[in-house]
Amino acid sequence: MLLYSSITKKVLMALAGLFLVTFLCVHLGINLMLLKNDGGRAFSEAAAFMGTNPVIKSAEIVLFAGFLLHIAFGLVVSFQNRSARPAAYARSNSSETSFFSKYMFHTGIIVLIFLALHFCDFYFIKIGLVAPPPGIAGHDFYSRTLLLFSTPLYSLFYIVSFIFLGIHLNHAIQSAFQTLGWNHSKYTDAVKLIGSVYSVFIAIGFSIVPIYVLFFLNKV
Amino acid sequence: MNFTLKIWRQKNVTAKGEMVSYDVSGISADSSFFEMLDTLNQKLIMTGGDPVAFDHDCREGICGTCSLYINGRPHGPAKGVTTCQLHMRAFKDGDTIFIEPWRAKAFPIIRDLIVDRSALDKIIQAGGYVSVNTGGVPDANTIPVPKEKSDSAFDAATCIGCGACVAACSNAAAMLFIGAKVSHLALLPQGRVEAATRVQKMVACMDEQGFGNCSNTYACEFDCPKGISVANIARMNREFLGAKLFSEKERVIKESL
Repeated sequence: MLLYSSITKKVLMALAGLFLVTFLCVHLGINLMLLKNDGGRAFSEAAAFMGTNPVIKSAEIVLFAGFLLHIAFGLVVSFQNRSARPAAYARSNSSETSFFSKYMFHTGIIVLIFLALHFCDFYFIKIGLVAPPPGIAGHDFYSRTLLLFSTPLYSLFYIVSFIFLGIHLNHAIQSAFQTLGWNHSKYTDAVKLIGSVYSVFIAIGFSIVPIYVLFFLNKV
Repeated sequence: MNFTLKIWRQKNVTAKGEMVSYDVSGISADSSFFEMLDTLNQKLIMTGGDPVAFDHDCREGICGTCSLYINGRPHGPAKGVTTCQLHMRAFKDGDTIFIEPWRAKAFPIIRDLIVDRSALDKIIQAGGYVSVNTGGVPDANTIPVPKEKSDSAFDAATCIGCGACVAACSNAAAMLFIGAKVSHLALLPQGRVEAATRVQKMVACMDEQGFGNCSNTYACEFDCPKGISVANIARMNREFLGAKLFSEKERVIKESL
């Protein structure tokens, strides 16, 4: 992996990243089924479908590979980048660059921490690695979600994590296109705009569920 | 005008350097940045001090020799110029000016503000030759080149190899430099013959020299004195991927034949 050239590493990272970006949309679609006021039937059915359908189960392996690839290359590239300038400037760079682009590693780490917790909260319970909380079955994602989001601190952590993911995506999407060589005066501005809109859409979309559970569910 | 200068002083490659403070006074607003440094050096020489070493040659913005990192920007605060074309009117009277060398693992400091940029020359050498026909003078326009491509190739060819892109990049990556060099030949029919091998060899050499990877922050484009576009980096990525995935395999003829 270290032997891959600089561009190959970035291209593989970009491809894995774009795949994860499409996955986010699917995940969000299922999350939003929680908003349907049917006691979680639609959400649970969708979750059960995702957990049992053989096509989805196979795609899950690709998804995990995508995560591992993106994270591993992200770490390798970041450490190489840091070692490429061993002595720092006394006056740090004041060039006009997109602000968030300098913090891809930091926002990535925050999202990684969130991902680890998210796995402990849901996936590891489903596959039986971690015992579910008392009174909730391992596959009952609906009750699990409601329980977690009824804690304001957890909801806040969840929303903040998605704001950081949004910041990450804001640079990531247009950056992936540039890395893959798709830069053209005809569509680069559109790619940048769509990337920014999509990042806001993801950050807000995922934040809707905890806000709904905290403030609206069973309150009216 | 009066200035306080904070300048990086370092005896040689292995010595430990430090920022040293100097005061200069009576500087004309119309003097260039180097004339201001010349004034300081003259003062240092007259008082038995050690003059500050810095790179400069043509002093008209075309050779790519000057390399000062001024107040957190390669070539200083003015856009689209090299340090030699920067004038003191770009600063305010009484300013404190930080002057540092380019910082990158691939650019070791030789002395004070002078860095060794031969890593960029090695990348150019790795790119190899361009095949041309020898013999009589060819007629003009015997090889048709689309106007847009010739313009883009020329834009890329304006790179003077100063290394400001490396200095500006938070990863000390040289992607804009190599992107410009790859583009300027890849866009023209004359450069197509060796295009696939050229891009692969130049990228491999770049990795060997210890430059960082591109994270598309575009600081390089912003600070490039020649305004080279990051579209050249994307073009290099396309050339590189195309070469890796689709280029013809080199046939090795066995010696026994």
